Amino acid sequence: MAVYFQKREVVVPGQLLAEGRYRASFGTYDEGGKIYSSLVGLAELRGNTVKVVALEGAYIPKEGDLVIGTITLVAGNNWKVDIGGPYGASLHANNALRRPYSDDISEYMDMGDVIAAEVIAFDRGSGPFLGMKGRGLRVLQGGMVLEVSPAKIPRIIGRRGSMINMIKDHLNIQTMVGQNGRIWIRAPSTAVLRLAIKAFKTIEAQAHTSKLTDRISEMLAEEIAEIKGSSEPEEEIEPKEGSVPDDSSKVEEGIPEEVESEPEPEPELEPEPEVVTDAEEEKPAEVEAKAEVKEEEDKKKTEEVSEE
Amino acid sequence: MSPEVKPDFLISPEGLRVDGRRVDEMRPIELKVGVLKQADGSASIRQGKTYIIAGVYGPRELHPRHLTLNDRAYLRVDYRMATFSVPDRKRPAPSRREKEISMVIANALKPALFLEEFPKAVVDVFITVIQADGGTRCAAINAASLALADAGIPMRSLIPAVAVGKADGKLLVDLGDEEDKYGQGDVPMAIIPNTEEITLLQQDGSFSREELQEALQMGINSCKYLHELQKEALKRAYVKKTPDNGDEDEDDDDFEDDLETDLGEAAIMEDE
Repeated sequence: MAVYFQKREVVVPGQLLAEGRYRASFGTYDEGGKIYSSLVGLAELRGNTVKVVALEGAYIPKEGDLVIGTITLVAGNNWKVDIGGPYGASLHANNALRRPYSDDISEYMDMGDVIAAEVIAFDRGSGPFLGMKGRGLRVLQGGMVLEVSPAKIPRIIGRRGSMINMIKDHLNIQTMVGQNGRIWIRAPSTAVLRLAIKAFKTIEAQAHTSKLTDRISEMLAEEIAEIKGSSEPEEEIEPKEGSVPDDSSKVEEGIPEEVESEPEPEPELEPEPEVVTDAEEEKPAEVEAKAEVKEEEDKKKTEEVSEE
Repeated sequence: MSPEVKPDFLISPEGLRVDGRRVDEMRPIELKVGVLKQADGSASIRQGKTYIIAGVYGPRELHPRHLTLNDRAYLRVDYRMATFSVPDRKRPAPSRREKEISMVIANALKPALFLEEFPKAVVDVFITVIQADGGTRCAAINAASLALADAGIPMRSLIPAVAVGKADGKLLVDLGDEEDKYGQGDVPMAIIPNTEEITLLQQDGSFSREELQEALQMGINSCKYLHELQKEALKRAYVKKTPDNGDEDEDDDDFEDDLETDLGEAAIMEDE
């Protein structure tokens, strides 16, 4: 029984991490009872499980992940969705709409639409399948999508959503963070949007430094005060830069509004209520859901390892 | 450029080589990680006058589709020499030699990579020789291995590679251009350092059994030295990115409430 690394040490592939009764987890491999790193990253010991937190890497889907994707193709009863990384996802109409639905599913969502969805199945044999039958899973209208490295997403969400909630509290923005490294942001003004982007970029750049939540919180508090001071009347501006296609023409043919009471929400095409209070009451629940999913994943992982 | 002339000797009477090295001495090596902004991972190597840059993209969607492997990712290596990398202009079309070396490098790297984690995808490795002065295939493997690690591709180990050769009857490590051209033989090799498994072994020229065995041993020793340089270069690139790593972190208590793993440890304590 021996561990050959310091907490959060930068390790390289092939480096011996531990020997004896330790379990190899993400970013490591076991060879003859010895555990080696398979990635460049920060080594961590949780209980008796050794893992390496990756610093780089493409997005590999996992069941239960919340992802933000762009529809690239409508094929029969399926939408093909680009979620980044090596695998293109598909979303079957049954997993997104309530029956009965029209034969032409492009009436509901069409190429170019940006959606928030959940990975409901993914294994080595068949590509990722998405579902949109969950709270908050919908077509994202307006706002913009920011891309960051998927490896940095856990830090952006923070422990139990601490980081993302802090940012929401400060900026009063609507945002969704996908595990695939995409962040959807809708802010009340361009200045606030810029500040949000700056915050996310800072977290990405400094993902592995300590006391990050406090520092970001300070920065945001300072800058938001500045924005408030300089321009009292906050106008409602949609950002231009990198903005997602906001096809408001479709809104007319949309289904009647029932956002909150919908037990099994179908992809709502009606405009999101622009009220800020909506953002406040809806979002924290979402993050909680995400945190739960993460915990479940962790459990799953430990179980898998123990089976070996 | 003036036509090259064969040097009078490859080993001087004092036992030193044309560039003044001892027989088991490598050229000065400089490795850098993360030299390209657009690639997912990248590295450069200077080994004497040889200068090579490697960039890695992926894992990403594979095109053309018919190359897809259903159980693992496809490793596509493209080794190219710049037109200005050699004394006479190299014609830009991919030559037979470049295609062969691409394949050889892919085969040398493959055993170390966990490609089965990304079925159907592709990992692209692009290698460009900016300046060639002997030993480019080995230098290319050194750089490509670092670039793959930089891209976050899971692997068993970094792969160091070196060429051992023979000139004037003596075995030499890390051949330079002249030793390669006018010497009596060349054995490029790459290994997985932890286990000393050989992932690349080629030979031209003739070696006796004893010579080959000695050459392999010299190669393994040099590879291990190179491996240290690789690890150092990689750590240097990442420690820079994580300035106050090692500090007490707010996340330190991240897993304290993780009952499962705690129980796991307790169970083991009882066992012993």
